[in-house]
Amino acid sequence: MIRKKLNIAVTGLNAIDSPGPGVAVIRGLLEAKSFDTNIIGLAYESLEPGIYMHNLVSKTYQVPYPSAGVDNLLSRLEYIHHKEHLDVIIPNFDAELYSYIKIEDDLKAMGINVFLPTMTQLEERQKINLFDFGQKYGIRVPKSKAIFEISEIYDLQKEFEMPVVVKGKFYDAGVASNIDQVKSLYKKISNKWGLPIIIQEFISGTEFNITGLGDGKGNTIAAVPMRKQYITDKGKAWGGISIADQTMLDLTYHFVSSTKWRGGFELELMKDKNNEFNLLEINPRMPAWIYLAVGVGQNIPEALVQMALGDKVTPFTTYSIGKMFIRYAWDMIVDISEFQKISTTGEL
Amino acid sequence: MRIKKSIAISESGFMFNPITGESFTVNPIGFEIIQMINDGLESAQIIETICKKYQIDPQTFDKDLTDFTGMLDNHHLSQHHDQEEA
Repeated sequence: MIRKKLNIAVTGLNAIDSPGPGVAVIRGLLEAKSFDTNIIGLAYESLEPGIYMHNLVSKTYQVPYPSAGVDNLLSRLEYIHHKEHLDVIIPNFDAELYSYIKIEDDLKAMGINVFLPTMTQLEERQKINLFDFGQKYGIRVPKSKAIFEISEIYDLQKEFEMPVVVKGKFYDAGVASNIDQVKSLYKKISNKWGLPIIIQEFISGTEFNITGLGDGKGNTIAAVPMRKQYITDKGKAWGGISIADQTMLDLTYHFVSSTKWRGGFELELMKDKNNEFNLLEINPRMPAWIYLAVGVGQNIPEALVQMALGDKVTPFTTYSIGKMFIRYAWDMIVDISEFQKISTTGEL
Repeated sequence: MRIKKSIAISESGFMFNPITGESFTVNPIGFEIIQMINDGLESAQIIETICKKYQIDPQTFDKDLTDFTGMLDNHHLSQHHDQEEA
């Protein structure tokens, strides 16, 4: 049987200590059984390691940051599409999803497919809306509040017991044990990621994550739960193991069916001392550890591409339990001419 | 009591709870005790067998066995016969 060859553009090539999912997504795509893949990298910075992984990425183009606006992005993608004839784009950063959702119809008109959550889904799972989201869908979510001014910090003690978690709108978080620490984290995180800052009730316990894929009609196409075994100082999983927790799977099915989630996702959960799962975050895309899902038998990147193309996908029903991922750092030797080329021409 | 059916135990004494992802190791004596628990032996029979085999004092081993089974219980690795497996 001749398999079709797809040109798939992928972002999130920053395989660094707080990694983007791009490289793991690409590994899944290259192992797809239903199609062959030519990977086009889309990078924001010239030192994103995936740019130089020529065994995974055939060509990389720099793209404008979301802050440059959707017109600039669309114009850049038109140029890339003209050269590469893209079939599918998989954006892997939370912050760029808004732009891609806005230009979804334009991309479709060009012949480029995406499989993304709707703008409403993206908005209502935002950190600032997550508490209301939990109440709406009957999911246990720690109490949280968005603050826009540093003066609001002084009133927090009326509503929250210390410690609290201080979170950025998109990224970054820290635990604060007193008001001074809240102020310090507020300044640090808002300087980097802007406002608002989210204050969340601190839940102690064990961290679990689950990644999956929703078809947009309420059906769960894939779901793989994982327990973090090795956590970096940035709170990222550097090692984890697939587990068989039915409560986590049921929570996922409930999340997908009640929200009719469309696309890849990751639920970040904390199991508290009463063995209850608390939903800490919903990431609206595949996580950096997505290759574990591929390794246990659910190639979520492949299924996502099939859904983007409108192909019928049979939901995964099983996966291997007790498989681990252990991340590692690897130094590549790169000639300066490559760095020069991507830095000056925006292509490599 | 018995070890939960879902717990995987290797002959090297490695125990894996697939529900929580936790893993533990027990030494050879611990593994022997776990096998006896799984074979349905009661505490008195385990004490008698171990004390005879290793020539130790039953009072001391009784305390050790209580500590050991308490740890199995604490880590949700064991269950009593009248309990449903969680």
